[in-house]
Amino acid sequence: MKHLRSIDELGPDGLRHLLDLSDHMAEVNRRPIPKVPALRGKTVVSLFFEDSTRTRLSFETAAKRLSADTMTFSVGTSSVNKGESLRDTIETVAAMGVDAFVVRHKSSGVPWQISRWTEASVVNAGDGWHEHPTQALLDCYTIRTALNRPEGFDGLHIAIVGDIKHSRVARSDVWAFAAMGARVTLVAPITLLPPSLEGWPVEVVHHIDDIVDKVDVLYMLRMQRERMHEALVPSLREYTANFGLTPDRAERLQTHTLIMHPGPMNRGVEMAVDPSELPGSVIAQQVTNGVAVRMAVLFHLLGSGSGLAGEA
Amino acid sequence: MSVVIKNGTVLDRRGEQRGDVRIADGVVTEVGANLSGDVELDASGCMVSPGFVDLHVHLRQPGREEAETIETGSRAAARGGFTAVVAMPNTEPPHDSLAVVQMVRRLGEQAGLCEVLPSGCITMGRLGETLAPFSELAAAGVHIFTDDGTGVQDPLLMRRALEYGKSLGIVLAQHCEVSRLTEGAVMHEGGCCSRLGVPGWPSVAEELMVFRDIELSRLTGAPVHFLHLSTAKSVDLVRGAKAEGLLVTAEAAPHHFTLTDESLSGFDPIFKVNPPLREAADIAAVKRGLADGTIDAIATDHAPHVSESKEMPLDQAPPGMLGLETSLALSISELGLDLGQVVALLSWRPAAIAGVADRHGRDIEVGAPANITVFDPDLNWRVTAAGLASKSRNTPYAGRSVRGKVRHTLLRGIPTVIDGEAQR
Repeated sequence: MKHLRSIDELGPDGLRHLLDLSDHMAEVNRRPIPKVPALRGKTVVSLFFEDSTRTRLSFETAAKRLSADTMTFSVGTSSVNKGESLRDTIETVAAMGVDAFVVRHKSSGVPWQISRWTEASVVNAGDGWHEHPTQALLDCYTIRTALNRPEGFDGLHIAIVGDIKHSRVARSDVWAFAAMGARVTLVAPITLLPPSLEGWPVEVVHHIDDIVDKVDVLYMLRMQRERMHEALVPSLREYTANFGLTPDRAERLQTHTLIMHPGPMNRGVEMAVDPSELPGSVIAQQVTNGVAVRMAVLFHLLGSGSGLAGEA
Repeated sequence: MSVVIKNGTVLDRRGEQRGDVRIADGVVTEVGANLSGDVELDASGCMVSPGFVDLHVHLRQPGREEAETIETGSRAAARGGFTAVVAMPNTEPPHDSLAVVQMVRRLGEQAGLCEVLPSGCITMGRLGETLAPFSELAAAGVHIFTDDGTGVQDPLLMRRALEYGKSLGIVLAQHCEVSRLTEGAVMHEGGCCSRLGVPGWPSVAEELMVFRDIELSRLTGAPVHFLHLSTAKSVDLVRGAKAEGLLVTAEAAPHHFTLTDESLSGFDPIFKVNPPLREAADIAAVKRGLADGTIDAIATDHAPHVSESKEMPLDQAPPGMLGLETSLALSISELGLDLGQVVALLSWRPAAIAGVADRHGRDIEVGAPANITVFDPDLNWRVTAAGLASKSRNTPYAGRSVRGKVRHTLLRGIPTVIDGEAQR
């Protein structure tokens, strides 16, 4: 495998392999000196055309723990809007000798375009509304470890709640959870669903109360405030009333149900309850696991098979 | 000087007949066997048909000469077998003044590769607010008025345009798109855009305006031409309007009967076009519409763009693709129609809509202006971007094998293309 641009191109076997590899990376991260020489001499460039502190830091930490050299190229989206050629940017940076580009862009598909212009590996760190495959991997890894499901998610019921239409996290998670064997239910008003769900391995309900006491994982998406101005929901108050996790609903969760969120959270909107008071919340673990999962991805794409032994 | 097209089969409204065609002083002077002339063009295995007329090209001059000029676009047109093209008004400045329209026409004459027919804007600056000077432009020979690139959103303004234009004998051509429904849209709204996480352009945004303008045509009695129909329902609406005897005509572009929205699954902006590539059912409906006469003409919507612009992210890249040099081949290869039907869609039917039936699309008989296309309907060839005469390279068909190729084109009796090579 050369690139990680979507969950689909990873496939179920690739997904499981990366989760197994993430276990090894988590073990590295628990060492007193959490650093191995596996990617020494490799260069990883973070190309963030859209701000994202947490994903960028997570990738850079992952690359450094594998001893790769890292460069960061942060570009305001404005320069692209002014007609700056994306291709020129890529070819210029690639000419410095790059093994992998980690790309975040507000436009769907940019990682595909970049992969046509460079020999380097391309890792999608989030493109538009399209995909965010390493988020889906860390979500799977978090569920797998928290619910002790190393074999897969058969019999698990996962609900993804909120703005599916504009969510790259949902577009990766749906396919990843389904590939792991889970039953996936989307919970959203029709205005926040994609125009067509034909071929999606999901069920749909339009009220969180329909599923809150039935699911094993409740995955809450961020509700962006600007959606109100597009007549997608009448008000945030009404959104919270129908789709938010409130204290009342938290009471109705099964004791083993995991609460997840990709961050950053909108307190009082989709999370109308303090997540630190929810025993099932694994939101902090998601962030922690992100590093191990991204190490697994970089190692899988760039590693020469030298293993994880030794210290850098 | 006389030119003779030898050993071909003449194909026009009357059918097919073998024969040589002699041309002198810009008109056909004889059709018969074993003719000879000062210049002889071989047409063995070829059809000799009235020249093609493209109702919809973007020549980009003035304003975007880095993508195409009237000369380079005319050369592409001639190589595609066209003897007349209607130049869309969305230049910079646009075709809303006599000066621009006259300049476009003059540059077309100077290039001498095909007749360039400037369209006129419906509204000043294509802004949809006030009417362009219809009668002044009509007096300068403009027949088709359109704000192409955008639709006239205001129904009152469109009504007034139809009423005012009716007495002038002009045709209003609509780019059907209710823009409020397509804000930020990048590709067809359906299963594919849902998976790709790309904002969708719903079919209903086109169909609502097709419906509105059919009803405005009924109300005013003025003709309306529908540009680049792309959806099954649009085709049905036009079919119904024609059955009622309303004065509507329509065109479809080759990409709307050859490519679907699935082409965008690799996020390549080369496949971004407006209206967008749609679904297999829409392609089938467009083909049926072309076959049964609901759609009057194949028009390319030739839209050159410099390569840098097609290397922008998909949502920021401009829509549009080249069409002039692949239109005949795609029509022959993909429509499954008789050659006579294909040529009707490319020649005399668009010529009538463009108001140039006196000199384009005429049967090849003595006295007819010699605007003629000679094409080999059986020649297989592979499209390459570098092999095109257009100044831009944004063809979605590069690498595709197609059948049917223009061999010679004659404009007013002068060969503009011989054996596929432009003569100027």
